[in-house]
Amino acid sequence: MPEASLLDFSVFNPRRLDEALSLLAEEENVVPLAGGTDLMVTLETGNLSPCRFLNLMGIAEFQEPFSWCDGKLRMSPLCSYRDTRIDKDVATRYPLLVRAAREVGVLAIQSRGTWAGNIVNASPAADGVPVLMVYDAEVELRSTSGTRTVPLCDFYRGYKEMDRASDELVTGIILPPPPEDRIEYFRKVAPRRLQAITKVLLTGYLLRSDDRIEDCRIVLGSVAPFTLRARETESILRGSVLDSETIKAARAALQGEISPIDDIRSTAMYRRNVAERLLDEFLLSASPESH
Amino acid sequence: MTEPLDRMTLTLTVNGRTIKVAVHPMARLLDILREEIGLTGTKEGCGEGECGACTVLMNGVPVLACLTPACQVDGAEVVTVEGLAKETLHPIQQAFLEEGGAQCGICTPGMLISAFYYLEHPECAENLREALAGNQCRCTGYTKIFSSVRKAAERLGKTIPEV
Amino acid sequence: MNTKETLEPVESEEAPPIIGENLPRPEGIRKVCGTALYADDLKFDSCLFGRTVRSPAPRGRVRHIAFGEGIPWDEFVIVLPDDIPGENAVTLIEKSQPFLATSVRHIGEPVALIAHHDRALLNKALKAITVEIDEEPAIFSIEEALEGKEIQYGRDNIFKEYRITRGKLEEAFSEADHVLEGVYETGAQEQLYIEPQGVIARADPKGEVTIWGSIQCPFYVQKALAPLFALSPEKVRVIQTETGGGFGGKEEYPNLLSGHAALLSYRAGGAVVRMIYDRREDLFVTPKRHPSRTRIKSAFRKDGTFLGLEVDFVLDGGAYPTLSSTVLSRGILHSFGPYRIPHADLRARVVFTNSTPYGAFRGFGAPQSIFALELHLDRVAHELGLDPAELRRRNFVKKGDTFPTGQVIKEEIDLALLMDTALKKADYARKRKAYEEENRKNPRVKRGISLSVFFHGSGFTGSGEVMLGSKAAVRLLKDGSVEVLSANVEFGQGTNAMFTQITAAILGIPPEWVRIHQPDTAVVPNSGPTVASRTTMIVGRLVERAARRLRERVLEEGGLSQGYTGEEFRETAKRLAAREEFREEAQYVPPPDVHWDEQRYQGEAYSGYSWSCDVADVEVDMTTFQAEVKHFVSVVECGTVVNPIIAAGQIEGGIAQSIGYALYEDVHTERGVMVNNQYTNYIIPTTADIPSIEVSFIRFPLCNYGPFAAKGIGELPADGPAPAVAAAVAHALGYRYINKIPLLPERIAAVVLEEEETAA
Ligand SMILES: Cc1cc2nc3c(=O)[nH]c(=O)nc-3n(C[C@H](O)[C@H](O)[C@H](O)COP(=O)(O)OP(=O)(O)OC[C@H]3O[C@@H](n4cnc5c(N)ncnc54)[C@H](O)[C@@H]3O)c2cc1C
Ligand code: FES
Ligand code: FES
Repeated sequence: MPEASLLDFSVFNPRRLDEALSLLAEEENVVPLAGGTDLMVTLETGNLSPCRFLNLMGIAEFQEPFSWCDGKLRMSPLCSYRDTRIDKDVATRYPLLVRAAREVGVLAIQSRGTWAGNIVNASPAADGVPVLMVYDAEVELRSTSGTRTVPLCDFYRGYKEMDRASDELVTGIILPPPPEDRIEYFRKVAPRRLQAITKVLLTGYLLRSDDRIEDCRIVLGSVAPFTLRARETESILRGSVLDSETIKAARAALQGEISPIDDIRSTAMYRRNVAERLLDEFLLSASPESH
Repeated sequence: MTEPLDRMTLTLTVNGRTIKVAVHPMARLLDILREEIGLTGTKEGCGEGECGACTVLMNGVPVLACLTPACQVDGAEVVTVEGLAKETLHPIQQAFLEEGGAQCGICTPGMLISAFYYLEHPECAENLREALAGNQCRCTGYTKIFSSVRKAAERLGKTIPEV
Repeated sequence: MNTKETLEPVESEEAPPIIGENLPRPEGIRKVCGTALYADDLKFDSCLFGRTVRSPAPRGRVRHIAFGEGIPWDEFVIVLPDDIPGENAVTLIEKSQPFLATSVRHIGEPVALIAHHDRALLNKALKAITVEIDEEPAIFSIEEALEGKEIQYGRDNIFKEYRITRGKLEEAFSEADHVLEGVYETGAQEQLYIEPQGVIARADPKGEVTIWGSIQCPFYVQKALAPLFALSPEKVRVIQTETGGGFGGKEEYPNLLSGHAALLSYRAGGAVVRMIYDRREDLFVTPKRHPSRTRIKSAFRKDGTFLGLEVDFVLDGGAYPTLSSTVLSRGILHSFGPYRIPHADLRARVVFTNSTPYGAFRGFGAPQSIFALELHLDRVAHELGLDPAELRRRNFVKKGDTFPTGQVIKEEIDLALLMDTALKKADYARKRKAYEEENRKNPRVKRGISLSVFFHGSGFTGSGEVMLGSKAAVRLLKDGSVEVLSANVEFGQGTNAMFTQITAAILGIPPEWVRIHQPDTAVVPNSGPTVASRTTMIVGRLVERAARRLRERVLEEGGLSQGYTGEEFRETAKRLAAREEFREEAQYVPPPDVHWDEQRYQGEAYSGYSWSCDVADVEVDMTTFQAEVKHFVSVVECGTVVNPIIAAGQIEGGIAQSIGYALYEDVHTERGVMVNNQYTNYIIPTTADIPSIEVSFIRFPLCNYGPFAAKGIGELPADGPAPAVAAAVAHALGYRYINKIPLLPERIAAVVLEEEETAA
């Protein structure tokens, strides 16, 4: 039984996107509701202030989880982890999405939880956001006054603060095709194998020609107030020869970029050390010797 | 302008029976099943999506009834533990009985639903361990649950990967 | 009742085939169909919901309880300490905590109760209440308690102390080639039964109280509630509903919770009141396994002969005595392990702190003391250059040997055989060597394997069973079936199947004709609490004896002759049951050669022990410092196994919990209360984390007092896994011992990184 009294809450059930956008523009205190796997918990624990939910599930325009346009993948705001795991095309072109999806909660969470919900919930421990960042995802935001897109890497401003106005809905997540021949890495470190909140996560890819790093992405979870794209570390790596010197420098750069904390789930010391070890593991796995 | 709802008439099919109930649109499917419809087989162990005791199938897919609000259930088909047995027990129930898959039994309804789903769709997970990871059991240590599901798989003529 | 009866060990009797059969649990059909009714599934025409107002401070006097604005308080039922009709203290071993405190000793302590029929409003109301406390300084650790800071109990903050001595310890130390000291710590552990605590009460002002609930010990609740309402015990009726796990957690807490629900009902003029905790409240306030700190000093000869053992075992008891003295007792009585130790000095204390009272959890003190001893022995072996299995082999007790309690082993036990069976199944010898090789080459993953050997006493400690004087009964029903009446509950561990099998075996009838009456204090005799691994050995024996008497009477009065068929029995039973109540009872009598000296803590602490060896095979990922158990072997000697699938299920479940204890489960406390009290933040292993678990049973020659020579196993598997896992992790880490569980990756990291730093 939820802690909060349901009488403080009500629900809009729009059928079309324009309907939803006008509600969002005109009504007070409207909170979009996708799969509810974050919101229902907040409601249950009594941590949600009174509001009106905007139930997105019935919106006609959102029903297809994926569409392809100019070689780009477009994910609907209702696209769930389950949708991602069962789509063969997506799995082939964006394998990290599937790897991350598999480790979000468990099957029964994956069948309801959405990528868009993961983005807007803005937890620093989110597991969906990092792989989307690796693939240079753009967030499409729409309101009655127009549509804009923001690179996901620039979307967050601080802990649970983001570049989204209260009347804007995430209407899509757009992923360009990633470079061919990249070497990918994903590792979620959590207190157990599944159904667990991330203590440290590192994911990325690396594009190498011979022993030189052409390009790379390195994204971390749970080591900063929001999902962190490790730009400094990337810039140390980009253009360098992938050798132990570079790895050492990258590790040092990473330490400068992350700002983990102690909390009930882990310690700053642990997160710091493991983040660095994951980077090491990634870079070694991408080294010429291991291929 | 549309008014937000704080009451709705919900139509849903539970274990093959179509039911209409008037509820708050944010009422949990769990409470609807247990309190409105009187199907108390689905259990609450945490109310936060963690334990899996409330697992049911919604439109053929496992979901957690404690995290599913009424407004998203309208028109859905729901299967609960009470819907597994037809004339006789479903092989998964029979196997749990014979192999010691249920001890205190509080996790069993959710566990059975996840196991049932896995046997229907073994491709949904890498193996049984992954398929049942959302159903926590504090009694069995899972070993007998694995053997129960394997036995049911055999009887159903399904092959599932080793755990 | 036949009074002139002594209990002789069961020997030589061939057990009927139903003993040892895998009878499916009788209530299982309801469990797999979802029709078993747990407390929260019960329907009442109308009812109120109750909630508890709790202290925000760890210590102080309640100055004022402010009922805030905006709530229609006159619609609420409210209970304050002054409204209590009888005695405001939970009766347990001694008077323990108040039902509602006016002066609090821990955060979360109940100070008032409220009820309303609208749950949403009730929750809102609870938030509108502020409890103001004149706060006083509090203490939260064993150290602070022992230092005598803020004396709050007795003269020294010590609830209870025991001492067991044998031989002359100084001699052991002067004779020894090797002396090793160590301090071992274990954290609190949450039972995490998947069904939270819950009861429903009706206390009508005419003076009758009824409780339905998720309860391990119905008669404890009766005993606690009678003085609360100043009623005689028969006026308090307690009915156990299907119980979704307990593990000790529902031994004592239901007393308090039932009292609360009943008080609200009483105030409400007898309306039904439901109090079903949600998970957060359950985790926040219910008792957990006692945290412990054990100091050990051992004396050995260099050939590995155990000469002497000094133990200083300390438990954190929390803010009230509850069951701590008996937990402590079992802890110290398991602290010396299955070894021959000529000289010993064992000291045990449980201390007061301003923490949520700690309580019963499967193992009941033994997991803590066994963790310390077994891990310590692993270190001793390493220092002596012996294999840890070899060190144990040289010191196992045998028939005729004596424990430090003076108890002489009378059974033909062969612990070397037990251990070797386990080692062989685990491929221990080969793996132990191979892993050391591999670990030298592989910096990323380290593997280790080690073991523990241990015992667990069945039944209450010492003279506990005599004092309980439990009774169980068997009766004929009108349809010719037979019903077992006991207060021992089924909460997953298999009571129903076990009683059914025993009764069917004695009466020679099919198990389908045996019924088990739901524990209901108005109907069943008091067969004691469902705890202490006593249900099979102690209560099972009562059921067996009652069934034997019933059989004799049926033979005699029904004119049935030996060698009757089941059908004949049934027909006769129908006839007899139609005439009058046909019921037989048996009461506990101690085995003739069992004596216990409570003063000196000497004698037969337990009349029967089950024995076991665990082998844990682990892996530590050096990138993430996560340890995982890859394979687990357990060999168990528990006499006759009544139902192998259920017995193995008990062992496997206990092992999984204890792997949790060793590696994952961290009760994070601040100011004495659990702050990670959300399901998502208390980590227990799932299907994805649990290793393959291989359980097998061996059997020593019979000599025991249980039914068909069966002994208890409920708690045994809680004892051995943690030290085996910790020792295996130490093996993986190149003999770097971490003496504190859980071995969270953060803890392993700290040790490894510190060493890396010193090396650099
Ligand atoms: C048991 C359990 C396990 C979990 N495990 C994980 C895990 O392993 N890893 C992980 O990352 N997360 C995990 N989560 C959290 C959660 O499942 C994910 O964050 C999920 O992606 C949220 O999606 P949703 O659709 O359910 O979001 P909702 O709860 O519906 O919404 C989340 C937030 O996003 C907003 N929102 C949703 N859609 C839109 C939109 N289109 N436009 C604007 N705002 C929007 C909502 O208003 C809300 O603030 C877990 C949750 C539970 C209960
Ligand atoms: S009650 Fe729904 S997952 Fe626990
Ligand atoms: S059988 Fe008790 S929790 Fe699974």
